Amino acid sequence: MKMLEIPTFECETGNYHTFCPISCVAWLYQKIEDSFFLVVGTKTRGYFLQNALGVMIFAEPRYAMAESEEGDISAQLNDQKELERICLQIKRDRNPSVIIWIGTCTTEIIKMDLEGMAPKLENRLGVPIVVARANGLDYAFTQGEDTVLAAMTHRCPDYNSYAMNLHKQDAIKDNADSTVVKKSLFEKCKLNNYNLVLFGSLPSSVASQLNSESKRQSISVSGWLPSQKYAELPALGEGVYVCGVNPFLSRTATTLMRRRKCQLIGAPFPIGPDGTRCWIEKICSVFDVEPNGLEERENQIWKNLKDYLGIVTGKSVFFMGDNLLEISLARFSIRCGMAVYEVGIPYMDKRYQAAELLLLQQTCKKMKTPMPRIVEKPDNYSQVQRMHEPKPDLAITGMAHANPLEARGIDTKWSVEFTFAQIHGSINARDALELVTRPLRRKNDSLLGCSSLSKQTIRS
Amino acid sequence: MKLAYWMYAGPAHIGTSRVASSFRNVHAIMHAPLGDDYFNVMRSTSERERDFTPVTASVVDRHVSARGSQEKVINNISRKDEEQCPDLIVLTPTCTSSILQEDLQNFVDRASLSSESDVTPADVNYHRVNELQAADRTLEQIVRHYLDRARKQGTLDRSVTDAPSANIIGISTLGFHNQHDCRELKRLLGESGISVNQIIPEGGSLRYLKDLPRAWFNTVPYREVGLMTAIFLEKEYGMPYVSVTPMGISDTAKFIAQMEEIVNAWASVLLERELNYKLYVENQTKFVSQAAWFSKSIDCQNLAGKEAAIFGDATHAASITKILVRETGIRVRCSGTYCKHDAEWFNEQVQGLRDEIPVTEDHTKVGDTIALIEPSAIFGTQMERHIGKRIDIPCGVISSPVHIQNFPPGYRPFLGYEGTNQIADLIYNSFNLGMEDHLLDVFGGHDTKEVSTKSLSTDRNLNWTSEAESELKKIPGFVRGKIKKNTEVFAKQNDITEITVDVMYAAKEKSSS
Repeated sequence: MKMLEIPTFECETGNYHTFCPISCVAWLYQKIEDSFFLVVGTKTRGYFLQNALGVMIFAEPRYAMAESEEGDISAQLNDQKELERICLQIKRDRNPSVIIWIGTCTTEIIKMDLEGMAPKLENRLGVPIVVARANGLDYAFTQGEDTVLAAMTHRCPDYNSYAMNLHKQDAIKDNADSTVVKKSLFEKCKLNNYNLVLFGSLPSSVASQLNSESKRQSISVSGWLPSQKYAELPALGEGVYVCGVNPFLSRTATTLMRRRKCQLIGAPFPIGPDGTRCWIEKICSVFDVEPNGLEERENQIWKNLKDYLGIVTGKSVFFMGDNLLEISLARFSIRCGMAVYEVGIPYMDKRYQAAELLLLQQTCKKMKTPMPRIVEKPDNYSQVQRMHEPKPDLAITGMAHANPLEARGIDTKWSVEFTFAQIHGSINARDALELVTRPLRRKNDSLLGCSSLSKQTIRS
Repeated sequence: MKLAYWMYAGPAHIGTSRVASSFRNVHAIMHAPLGDDYFNVMRSTSERERDFTPVTASVVDRHVSARGSQEKVINNISRKDEEQCPDLIVLTPTCTSSILQEDLQNFVDRASLSSESDVTPADVNYHRVNELQAADRTLEQIVRHYLDRARKQGTLDRSVTDAPSANIIGISTLGFHNQHDCRELKRLLGESGISVNQIIPEGGSLRYLKDLPRAWFNTVPYREVGLMTAIFLEKEYGMPYVSVTPMGISDTAKFIAQMEEIVNAWASVLLERELNYKLYVENQTKFVSQAAWFSKSIDCQNLAGKEAAIFGDATHAASITKILVRETGIRVRCSGTYCKHDAEWFNEQVQGLRDEIPVTEDHTKVGDTIALIEPSAIFGTQMERHIGKRIDIPCGVISSPVHIQNFPPGYRPFLGYEGTNQIADLIYNSFNLGMEDHLLDVFGGHDTKEVSTKSLSTDRNLNWTSEAESELKKIPGFVRGKIKKNTEVFAKQNDITEITVDVMYAAKEKSSS
């Protein structure tokens, strides 16, 4: 992959607000139906989870805390014995197919050897134990999913291309007498020739929408990481092509390439009709398939979005940055006709996001707008100061800043919603715009007189 | 290590942040990893706060955990000092800083040299205290700090105000209905001719803390936050305090009586007359508060003997228990609290008013206790509300932890005479809705529900035959759970594993004989 030279990269102090990466259990336990997530750490983590997850916590979620107490920290208690006791209880009560230990800052600092203990306990319990170190020392918010998927990668079965090909040929031979079967099998084999595994956790309906997008180009997706069930993890190995659907999965991508010898397809992410089209085109080009009807399809989608585009065109937006979706969303916003002042982002992997950055550049050129400045590890305080002058029409930000900014007359959209809403694929472009335009559509005439509802001065 | 799904009281730094951000112009800096500044989200969303929460994190990352914070914390303190000029910066320890064993006092000493603001470390042990204890401790620490300093500088004015006055201690951000309670308390004091000297920590300014001792006395509406401060002020400055929570008619009267006694001790000297609140109390009780009349009315007669379960923080659970038992004639089957550190006081308060006192931080224990009792209504936290949903029992929320809907924009105090009205509504609505539901069941309104035991436990080795199940479905919903349970108990006692219609009848015969 080639590196991009983008002059407007900056890096600030990293004093910004984001969710702790352990929040990934919130969507992952729902995605992987037979899993159980055990977060090993102190009360702080548990308190965060129960507040961040809101109502979900009351629905008997398949996650829990192994709460460290003073004795654990000072090593008076034996970690392995303690974890064994807790995991036995989980096995008895819930009987999961896999237990995922989420390491936190606490386990990092006291250097609890989760990776060392897991295989031992796995043998004794008879339940696979996957260890992901999703801690706030190293990662931000959605990167938690990245650590879990990277750990899962090692559990995927081996793909032996040679054996599978043999098997297919046998199948064709066996059914040679029936021409109908032969034909359909032939088509199936043609589809299956490409071993494409997509990685990134998406709601199953969105996953099947992306499946059908690629099937339309006669490329079938052979598996997803993660799968709906732990037992259905896709086979990986040499000859398997992998492609990410989310911008925050760089560790997973690296692990897939280096440890499982998969081929990574570096594409923009399928967010917005433009992103989805480029994503599919890139996959097609890798498999040497002539893409079919993509341009018409994209145009059609843009046409359907007309009413929303009317609202956003000419508006300006400021991404404070907290979930790593920012580059893709900024690119999509610019294509929709918005001006982007700043793209804050917790961490920028220029290699994994190369294609996305290139598309951003091309989009800027196409829409004749300047490249936005990209600020890695932003400083929220400085950002708020920077926001005063140009006063964007919309700030995409976390909940800690949303209400105070609204009170100062800046419309906001809560960034976390983009991680939970369905925004992937052409079909969901409308949903993404629905989110962006909601604060802009909300104008209340009777309140127009009071643009600022804060008593505090500009200072903070 | 313990397996936990839910906690009633948050970690210590939440308590410290609550107190610090309640004061005006105080900034808290947390020594914590990325994502631990979640307090800001809670305050900004739950309280719908318009202003930026004055809490920032000095982020602990990989470098910090490897070689210590070094200059980082100090730089962050100095930076905040320059940017926002707070009166005080509270350096807040978290679990991370306590594990790293960094010397916060050292950071503070060094940062104080260069900063205009005062800087102090919050003196709380992360592993030993929870949110409430930490809030209590931090408030006392700040008050002590400023009073000691004023004393040293000789700026302390120890003369009491001419007219009777009081401090209200313990109103804080993210406290359950604290804002409304504060308004109601001010009204209560005002109507009694007592002016409010200061309210801390909410909206309080550190500059005026030195005038705290000028009040005649202190009031501490909630046991959880403020008691330590009141005790300190009593010890060092001889200020009496009223720690009765004026919640419910009789405790409000008790609160006023104590206040009267304290005020009259000075009034006889300073004002040369005694104050008498008897008429005021009588008038309020009879006519301003509807609660006394409500408990006399026919509505409340229907509640007599109904059963309730109560769980919450010590203050609210104890007060609501007293109100239900003494003022509405409801039978309280269980009354519990998660304030384990205050269990002794709690037991004493609800002594003789309830059957069971679960003092626990484990919500599954609370859930099982409630499921076993099958009360007609629950009064608890948001957790109990959800327990109630699962076993089909209505619940009124009376205590933290709570959701955003428990920070209503409308006026909803729990304290004082208006508070009694609000509580009466809450109680009545909880029970009434339950009754309606049952009436619908009796008349077959929506009797399509699956048979369910009203218990949360999952152990079931009893087998219901389909005939028995359909027989069970014919029984009206509000007794169905009980009959099912009785039958199962009977079956277990007689070593029956399959429950048939006959077994049901036998069980019924046994229980009615």
